[in-house]
Formats: sequence, structure tokens, C-alpha cells
Amino acid sequence: MKTNNIKIALPKGRLLGETSALLQRVGWGLDGYHEQTRLYHIESKTLPHLSGRVFHEKDIPIQVAIGNYDLGICGSDWIEELLAKYPSSALMKVKNLRYGEGTLYAASAAGKATVESLRARPGTIRIASEYPNLAESFAINAQLKHFSVFPLWGGAEVYPPESADLALVGGADDDFPFSLVPISRVLGVSAFLIANRDSWKAKGLDKMVAPIEKVLIPEKAVPKAEKRQPTKAVQHPAPEVDKDVVRLALPDGHQQTHTRKLLDRAGIRLDDYPSEKGTRRPSIDRDGVSVKVIRPQDMPLQVANDNFDLAITGRDWLTEHLCQFPSSPVKELANLKLGRVKVVAVVSQNMDIADIRDLSESERALPIRVASEYINIADRYARDNRLNRYRLIPTWGATEAFLPEDADLLIENTETGRTLAQHNLKIIDTLFESTACLIGSARRVTSPLKKERMESIIQTLRMATEEI
Amino acid sequence: MKIQRSKGTRDLSPQDMVSFRLIESAFRECCQKWGYQEVKTPTLEYLHLFTATGTLTPSMLSKVYSFLDWDGWSGERVVLRPDGTIPISRLYIDSMAKEKLAKLFYVANIFMFETTGKKSRERWQCGAELIGARPPLADIELVTLALEVLRELKIEGIELRVSHAGLIKALLARLGLSAEEQTRMFDQILDGDMKALDKLKLKRPELEKTIGSLLELKGKPSGFSQELKELFSEELPECKPYIDNCTKIAEFLEAMGCDYQIDIASGRGFEYYTGVIFQIFKGEEKIGGGGRYDALIPSMGGRDVPASGFALYLERLMALIKPKALAEPQPPRILVRADGGKIREGFDIANRLHKAGYRAECYLGAQRDADFDWTVDIKDKPKLTLTDRAKKQKVTAQTVDELLSLLRK
Repeated sequence: MKTNNIKIALPKGRLLGETSALLQRVGWGLDGYHEQTRLYHIESKTLPHLSGRVFHEKDIPIQVAIGNYDLGICGSDWIEELLAKYPSSALMKVKNLRYGEGTLYAASAAGKATVESLRARPGTIRIASEYPNLAESFAINAQLKHFSVFPLWGGAEVYPPESADLALVGGADDDFPFSLVPISRVLGVSAFLIANRDSWKAKGLDKMVAPIEKVLIPEKAVPKAEKRQPTKAVQHPAPEVDKDVVRLALPDGHQQTHTRKLLDRAGIRLDDYPSEKGTRRPSIDRDGVSVKVIRPQDMPLQVANDNFDLAITGRDWLTEHLCQFPSSPVKELANLKLGRVKVVAVVSQNMDIADIRDLSESERALPIRVASEYINIADRYARDNRLNRYRLIPTWGATEAFLPEDADLLIENTETGRTLAQHNLKIIDTLFESTACLIGSARRVTSPLKKERMESIIQTLRMATEEI
Repeated sequence: MKIQRSKGTRDLSPQDMVSFRLIESAFRECCQKWGYQEVKTPTLEYLHLFTATGTLTPSMLSKVYSFLDWDGWSGERVVLRPDGTIPISRLYIDSMAKEKLAKLFYVANIFMFETTGKKSRERWQCGAELIGARPPLADIELVTLALEVLRELKIEGIELRVSHAGLIKALLARLGLSAEEQTRMFDQILDGDMKALDKLKLKRPELEKTIGSLLELKGKPSGFSQELKELFSEELPECKPYIDNCTKIAEFLEAMGCDYQIDIASGRGFEYYTGVIFQIFKGEEKIGGGGRYDALIPSMGGRDVPASGFALYLERLMALIKPKALAEPQPPRILVRADGGKIREGFDIANRLHKAGYRAECYLGAQRDADFDWTVDIKDKPKLTLTDRAKKQKVTAQTVDELLSLLRK
């Protein structure tokens, strides 16, 4: 029985506290993994063959399925999201850890829909979600006739009713945190221990994980979830859109600061942006403009689908979108010149190559693992450079910590290159330079008033960037 | 680097393709004799064609190859065709809707995910669709056509199992289920899950006897007990037209001397079935099936037109036929060997031999004489030497015409 080198993928974020406490109780010696940790790699103090690595929760099922990690702990929502599309993957659900509990719902704006009314409604049902595979399964099982799933990086709760008919969002049964109404329960969620099926057998992991059972918090008496089914049939007309209103999307996250500065310089005033409470609908001092705050990653797809007219995002995300969908109507309307980064190809310092050609010409027994948040840019880059053969690993942040163990090549953005250097990485190619930009659609605007309002915003922002 | 075949796919070798083409041509000829026309539809279709109620069951949909293509920014997913009938219906609506009667056939691959990868995820079908004709005539024609193809292929010992989607639905309606539960149960029966039904029957014991025995009905109409017949006309009058429909087809099968049984629970297949469902078995293996789908075309936005069809599973037939017994006699095969300076002459002679109806090829340095009926050697004197490999005879000729007349002898 081989027991050497067992690797476990551990979550940061919402599950970190309870996972750390569980691991303390089971005595695996992963003491470096705690709320204040800034480490990515953790060696066990008691089990010499065990090491851990901290990931975004969403990365963990993928890392375990492809065999980079033997064990992992993450929410069952991300496990089911992977299994919904890849049922034959090497991912194994080992144990329900009974914390981090919640429910994933399909939800609509208040009083707007039931599953039945959606099924009967003509036209396309738009479903926005961070869980596109579960959203597709839901739509198929609900037998929705014609649906489109919009994969999101986040903020699904702000989409209905204008930008989507349904959102798949998480919440507790008694406390649904959004101004939406759950119309169907999609999945009960809790933290799970998962394993790679091949490692499970080859490394005899069953013995190692057996003690976990004894240190689990006792099972709660789970109250039977009441079905939230409105009794009356609800008509569900497609949401009406005021054809004269300009729908503007502003970025959340770290792009908010420079976006706000730019808007200030342009004399466009907003209330509550960036919002301390996380409100995603700030008000604006211009007539006929409505604003929503969404992820910059999601903007090109939303603009392409006419859910927004204008959006402030990065050229990196516009490029990512156009790499996936060359026929998309989205285009750059103005270079906003802020948030300058380079999108680069990165390998470990230890790898003996000077440029990308060395990598495509190197003789390798295993596929080159290309990790990136920009999965379509990475795919095109790998194709254009004839990497033979390669696998793409989608990531959700902190990609620099993937090298050298969990990937061979990264496509990553960098401002100064300092973080990359700290991680013992080297840049072997620069793909392009990215700044914030204003995007819109090539689609013709039919309302003259709206066109005028849009032009005014575009011009104001262009003028404000001239001084930069 | 090791080149691997993608998991769950198969190659068709030269030997496989001989069987494949034999089946395809037998199928094509039979269809054409009955006035069917061949069509081909694209491998890629929009997913939404297959997601509406009354098309594919959710369990089948969970196995389709769907993805966003280069045009997918609108969220519109495409699929690798998971079924042959729905694309044909789409084709009919798109470009043939004016025709009162459309008799169409196709040979196509369909794609359906299978977890282990041990079975092929790409499968070939020979399918025929009859749009615009009513039961039972149309269904009888389709069964006749399917059986004729199998007879041409010399596959014997065929058994047909006949069921009826309308009958299953009517019985489920009697169980007092909600519309949604009925649909789910219908889908589960179509997916072959009879256990779901067992659980249900326990909930409604007073119905167990009647409905249960009907769903488990097997055999020939002549063998059905009198009580059962009365049940249809008195207690379940809504089922009578369906059972009559099955009986008509059964009588026809009986007259044809075909081995068959009525087996209500065998109604496995597609959610779009509305009428008679038939499945073709050789032993325990299902080699084809079909049925009536009157609601499909209107539900896809076409006009209200009755339709039915069937498909034979090509790979399964390949395992059953004996290619040698089916193959047409082939013209003799000739190897043409030319000396260094005579290459052009060699190709000219091969061309002339092709025109005269022979199979002929030039020597490329690797063919074995034993694989040919004749060899022709081109030299200076005598110019052409013809060797009969079987009789071990050699004759010579000066011109190609002379060579041809020698061959004819």
C-alpha cells in the first residue's frame, strides 16, 4: 500500500473556519491552515506524507477530479456543478461534513413566476447563474422549452427581473437574503470531503479519513424543508423594458475605486458606489439611466445579449469573450486608460525554457497543463502556439499559486510583475496590454432619445480620459 | 507520443465497412422501392429542438452532447444530433411542409453519452419517417419495410414487441396522478424503469389489480382472456381505440407469419411517441424500433400532421449479418506490373481495364499476387503477359484489345 505524498485541497472563504477546526480535531497537523493564514502551501506537522494547498472553493472539485489532489473539502454545490456536466469524472464524494449548510434555489423577482408559468411562456427563459451546469439540468428537468443559461462569475441575485428571468442562488430556507422569491429548490448544500477515485484505491485513503467520522459535529435534527410553492397560478409576462432608458453596468470588486474616480472626473454622480452594504443598484444623477453593479467578467456576454447597453469592464474580459464568441456584437467604445495590466504567459523559474516555442517543442509524456482565469484566451494562445497536447484548467483567482505543482503554464494578468516574481515565476511572453474600457453593442439603437443619452455618456467619459 | 482514439468511439475497419455498406444498400434499396426519398440533416442542431416537452425524456437529455459553439454568445446551445426523428421533423417543417405526404429515409450517426465509455457513444441508424399518413396503414407499411430490410439481410428469428403510448398514458391517467406525475411516470416507463410503477401501485392498492395487470399485459390478442377484453370496453372505454389499434397491427403481423407479442410495458423509447410503439428484437437484443409521433411536428411549430417512423441500429445488424452470403459477385481483380520505363503504359492499361468493368490496380511494390485473380506484366517482348492465378496459366498479348479479348475468354 502506497501512502506517500497525500495532497489535500482546502477551501478559503466561507468554509475556512469550520474546516480548520475540523482538521484540528482530527489531528492531521495542518496547523498552518487557519483564518489568518496567508500561506497557500501547508505541510503537515504530524503526518510527513501529508500536505495541503489552499484554493478558491470552486477550484477544488476540478483539482481533485484531474488528480492534482487526492483529497479536498468544499461545498457540495461545486461538486454537483462539476458532476452535472462530467458524471464520469474521477471525483468521489466521501463524507458529508455537516457544516456550511444552505440551499440552492432557482429564484425569480417577487411574484413573477412559477415553474409552470415559465414552462408555458413563449420565448426564451434566461437563467443567470454561477452554476451553469446545474442551471441547465434544472431547466431540462423542469422541461423548459427554450432556455438560455448565462454563466456568471457572481452577483446572480441582481439579474432578475430585467436581465434574467431566473437566477440560481444560494440561501438558507428561513432566511433568503435577496429581494427574490425562490420558486424551486435545486440542491441542498453542505461541506463535503471528496477524493480522487484512483488515489482512493491506490493510496488506501479510506483508512486515513476514517477518524473524521468521530470528530464530526453531531447530526442536527433537520427540519423538513417546506415546499415553497405558490398556490395560485401566476402569469409571467416577459419583463417590460423602457426602450428609452440606458442600462449601464459598473464593475464590482477592486475595479470600483478607479471607476469611481473616473466618473467623478466626468462629473457623473452616483449614490452608494462602491457600496459598503454590497448594494448592487446605485442611483445616478442622470435622467433615463439605470445602473447595476455586476462582475466585470460577466459584462461582455450581458451586453451581447442586450441586457445592458453600456458597461465598464477590462479589455482582458472583452478579449476573453471575443475569443470564445468571434461573432458577438460587443465592441470597445472607449479606452478608459485606467487599471493598466499586461496579460502574460508564465512558467516556473525552475522550468528550463526561455520562450513559448521551447515549450511547444519539448518532448513530454503528459499533456501541458494550462491554468487561467481567461480560459478562452489561454485556449487560443495554446492553439496558436501549437502546444501539443495541452489541457486547460479553469481557475478562479490566485492562479500564481498553481505553479509548478498544479499547472505548467499560466495565462495571467500582472501590473508590475512583483507577485509573479515572489512566487518564483517568470514571464515568457506578453499577449496584450489591458486597460479599463467602455463597451457596447454593434446592434442599432432604435430609440433616438436613448441613442442621444448613450452618446452623451460615451462623450463625457472620452473627455474625462483625455487628461489621463 | 501515443495517439489515442477518443473514449467511447469506434473505428469502422475495411471489413466493418463492407458490412456497413451492405446493410446501408439493402436498407436504401428497400426504402426506394417503397417510394421513400433519402435525406441528410446536419450533425449539429440547436438544443432547444430537443428540450421541449414531448421530445426527449429528461434522462435522455442529460446525456446529450451539448455545448456553446462559436456563435453561442446568446446562450443558444447546439447538440450533436442525439436522435434521428426530431431533425427530420425539423427539416419537414423548414422546407417540405407543403407536401401532404413525405416519405423520407436517412442513414445517420447519433450521439449519446454513456458513462463507462465501453459502449459506443456514436451510433449509426438507418431510419425511415412517414409524415402525413394515419394509423394503422402507415404503421403497417413501416413494419413491413423494416421486416423486408431484415429479410434482405437474411436475419432470421425476429420478434416484434408492440406497445401503445396512448394506452400507457390513459392507464396512468386512471391512477389519479397529477399531470406532472403522469409525465414523469410515462418518462420512467419509456426509460425502462418499471420499479417506479411498482412503488406507485402500493399507494393505490384498489387500482393495483386492474391497472397493474394491464401494464403487465403480454401475449397475443387471441390469447387475451375474455375478461380483459370486457375490461377495455366497459371499465376503461377510453383505452379501447388504443387496444383496437394494437390488435389491427397484431392481426397483420399474424398474417405475415411474424413472431410478435403485445407487451405494454415494453414501450421504451422517446417521449414524442403518441401511438403504437414497436420494438424489433433478435433474441434478447433490440435491433430497432419505432412508433407513432402525431404531436411532435405541431409541438415544434409545424402544422398538425400525423407521423410515424422507425430506425434500425446499424452496429447491431453488423454483428448479425454474414457478409459473404450477402455480397454481390465482384468482377475479377487484376494487378498490373510495369517495368521502370513503362509506368504510363501501366496506368493506361489499368484505366482500360476499369472501363471494361474489371478491378485493376498498378503494382506499388507491396501487393501480394495471391490477392488477385489475374496479373498483367508489361515488358518489351512479349509485350503483355497475362497470368491466371487460379489456373496457373500464362498467355501473351501485344495490344490491350488483344488482352481484353483474352480476358473475356
